[in-house]
Amino acid sequence: MKALETILVAKGLVDPAALEVIIDTYETKIGPRNGARVVARAWADPAFEARLRADATAAIAEMGYTGRQGEHMMAVFNDEATHNLVVCTLCSCYPWSVLGLPPVWYKSAPYRSRAVIDPRGVLAEFGVTLPASRTVRIWDSTAEMRYLVVPMRPAGTEGWSEELLADLVTRDSMIGAGLPLEPGAMP
Amino acid sequence: MNGAQDMGGQMGFGPVAPEKNEPLFHAPWEKRALALTLAAGAMGRWNIDESRHARESLHPADYLSSSYYEIWIKALETLLLRHGFVTAEELSAGEARVPAAAPPRVLSAEMTPGVLARGGPTNRTKAGEPRFKPGDAVRCIVINPRGHTRLPRYARGKTGVIEAVHGAHVFPDSNAHGSGEAPDWLYTVAFEARELWGRDADPASVVSIDAWENYLEPA
Repeated sequence: MKALETILVAKGLVDPAALEVIIDTYETKIGPRNGARVVARAWADPAFEARLRADATAAIAEMGYTGRQGEHMMAVFNDEATHNLVVCTLCSCYPWSVLGLPPVWYKSAPYRSRAVIDPRGVLAEFGVTLPASRTVRIWDSTAEMRYLVVPMRPAGTEGWSEELLADLVTRDSMIGAGLPLEPGAMP
Repeated sequence: MNGAQDMGGQMGFGPVAPEKNEPLFHAPWEKRALALTLAAGAMGRWNIDESRHARESLHPADYLSSSYYEIWIKALETLLLRHGFVTAEELSAGEARVPAAAPPRVLSAEMTPGVLARGGPTNRTKAGEPRFKPGDAVRCIVINPRGHTRLPRYARGKTGVIEAVHGAHVFPDSNAHGSGEAPDWLYTVAFEARELWGRDADPASVVSIDAWENYLEPA
């Protein structure tokens, strides 16, 4: 790895300063807190929720989250009838602009192979058990559409600010592999 | 291609193992792998579809035993070799020995925030109208191309319903091989799990893929 970097820098193909900007962007600027703010706003602001349903790319861009691996966004909403789960069986497509870089498990063979054929078994490994009647809807990201799951707002959060609500929104809940924290479970 | 990357429905990989408090990177070299892959891609000599095809073209045993950043770096070496930016001798020696091909551009630190914030939208204009509309029943064609495709094996020959039309997008099967963007209508197609997996499927599960019109025929 070091050798490859050395070769590319020596040939003037990559600028070491650009590498540092890339790393800093994903370490400090782009991560699941972005998505949590989007979800919290959708919970708190019905007009924003409507825009997010109609054109997620534009609604998310309102909040300043755009760009690589988030060029074409869809927000998919959990409700009593349907739980959404996002996967990329063919590689590792993931909505970077709102969730940052994907965790290792998302890119792993066990998740990519089983999310589509055994979604409830996969969810159980995350500690999530759904009513048998609830449809599990799996979104396989086979093109450049990127999916953000909007989980159901936890009960007991009436009147909460967006900032407080965002603290309940875990990364896994925005992939569909988890549920938001309950108000009593706040760290 | 029917490579190791096409994992949907494969068995035997064991349980998913989410890691508590997972770090963003598991070793310093992973940061370099991410940054090098993005910076080299920004030279503009290949596109994301060619990159994906380089990754899935790894030998299946190699693909399955590599971490994701290892897969990225192995594919990056393939792309750099293919496009004349490095030689095999340089890679084994670990040092630059001959001048590289001239890239269309070199990503500078100043350009980087804008490049990342713009990304690479794949929507394109296309004359005419999409053939299908939401609610239409469609069947995925059966293909087994040697080249790149984004039609997973588990969906080939299966019947589903058009759920959304996303306009025209770059067609990876063409774009990955330097044959042009060939924009094609893109749809979300939803399948009942039983249609995909048979009688033992979860009765309350629905799987969708995003599929180009090229992959679909009326059902």
